[in-house]
Amino acid sequence: MIKTSGLSKTFKGGVRAVTGVDLTVEAGEIVGFLGPNGAGKTTTMRMLTTLLRPTAGAATVAGHDLVTDPRGVRRRIGYVSQGGGVGPFDPVGEELELHAMLYGMRPAQARERVAETLERLDLAPLADRTGGTLSGGQRRRFDLAFGLVHRPTLLFLDEPTTGLDPQSRAALWDHIRRLREEDGLTVFLSTHYLDEADTLADRLIIIDHGAVVAEGAPAELKGGTGTLDDAFLAITGRSLREDGEAAASGARGAA
Amino acid sequence: MNAIRETWLVFRHNTRIALRQKAGIVFGVLQPLLYLVLFGPLFATIGTWETLLPGLLAQVALFSAGLAGFGIVFDARSGVLERLRVTPARRTALLLGRVLSSSLTLLVQSVMLLGAGYAFGMRAPLPGVLAGLVLMALLGVGLAALSNAIALTMDPDAFAPIMTTGVVPLVLLSGAFLPMSMAPAWLDAISRATPFRYVVEAVRDLFAGRYATWTVAAGAAVTAGLTVACVVVGTRVFNRENA
Repeated sequence: MIKTSGLSKTFKGGVRAVTGVDLTVEAGEIVGFLGPNGAGKTTTMRMLTTLLRPTAGAATVAGHDLVTDPRGVRRRIGYVSQGGGVGPFDPVGEELELHAMLYGMRPAQARERVAETLERLDLAPLADRTGGTLSGGQRRRFDLAFGLVHRPTLLFLDEPTTGLDPQSRAALWDHIRRLREEDGLTVFLSTHYLDEADTLADRLIIIDHGAVVAEGAPAELKGGTGTLDDAFLAITGRSLREDGEAAASGARGAA
Repeated sequence: MNAIRETWLVFRHNTRIALRQKAGIVFGVLQPLLYLVLFGPLFATIGTWETLLPGLLAQVALFSAGLAGFGIVFDARSGVLERLRVTPARRTALLLGRVLSSSLTLLVQSVMLLGAGYAFGMRAPLPGVLAGLVLMALLGVGLAALSNAIALTMDPDAFAPIMTTGVVPLVLLSGAFLPMSMAPAWLDAISRATPFRYVVEAVRDLFAGRYATWTVAAGAAVTAGLTVACVVVGTRVFNRENA
């Protein structure tokens, strides 16, 4: 579903955010993408979703070449960014219909698909609300709806549960699992939370200093006795938890 | 799906939002309306309403379409823009739909202003007014595209103070309030270097029922050239990654 080789991004000014990522994701997998702050997670994610052009390397995403056919990639993927994409002023249902139609759906089909997606995510009664009146958990589920309304085969989630209360997190996890079970959706998610990676992902890919430094099932990485925290610390020399807390408080500060 | 349908979808969506926020449309035309009501009668003692209204139209164009970038600042902040950029819709369509909607808003505001003008005693011929509105719609597209490009390039917090200040000299230099033929030579020279003067003078001719003049031709050419240039710049900025 995803195959990259030597995917790199050097920003203007010479910052080498990603120095050569090789990774493979199979259809139907839920893959957790972990790494300390500044390791290149978001840059990689933004390259894989066509928002940033790689400066070197190649990738095939959902059957299309990232560099030569970005629109082909966009047609088949869904992406939920860190900050989400729910505007504060407009009825979310209406935004979703536009979003669906930009994937080529006719109005009737778009309405039907929006209704179905909202039903699945327990959002149907909230369709006429504006983004500003939703709770954090509801807004996050709407973000998911935007990522799913066109039935992608591959879904990218960038830190989907950062800033959510435990109940909303658990609800979101359930939705993600169900999507994989019912639709065979492939999920590529970055996260700061090791418990999230542990419970949700089949396989983890750890990135540091712009390259993949470890990968495997959570159990493999833990090596039987340790915790995922220990494994992460051993691999990157940093604790993800500290990073996670710093990021979470940073996100709150920004909000 | 073709680019025209994508543009239409984005246009319709943005227009629906704009029409819902009626206050925004009225607010955009409020300042020129105040000039019309509180300054117009004064101006009419030395000039004509047909001279004043084209100037007020230029003012509303700069304050409405010229500040259209506000909207994209909000959309960039809330993540809406990025969400749209991950759809297969062409980026040019995402920009054009938005810009055409701003132009329509400007058209509605212009008609409101002209309605008030007629009520106060303006007697411009309909064909001239319609031709003037065509120029305004075109200008609206260009200004909105440029405004979006600036908004995406500049620090979002600086956009509001810089742009609201920046459009004031442009309005004054267009000769919106008093024809630049009355200006001292240096002011006249600066004014000639700004595009809006030519638009205002062309619309004044049109409102006076003079259609086949060099002034009209120059105004139409400047408007068209400006619009094309702004749309090219806007598209380039919008297509840029990270914009």
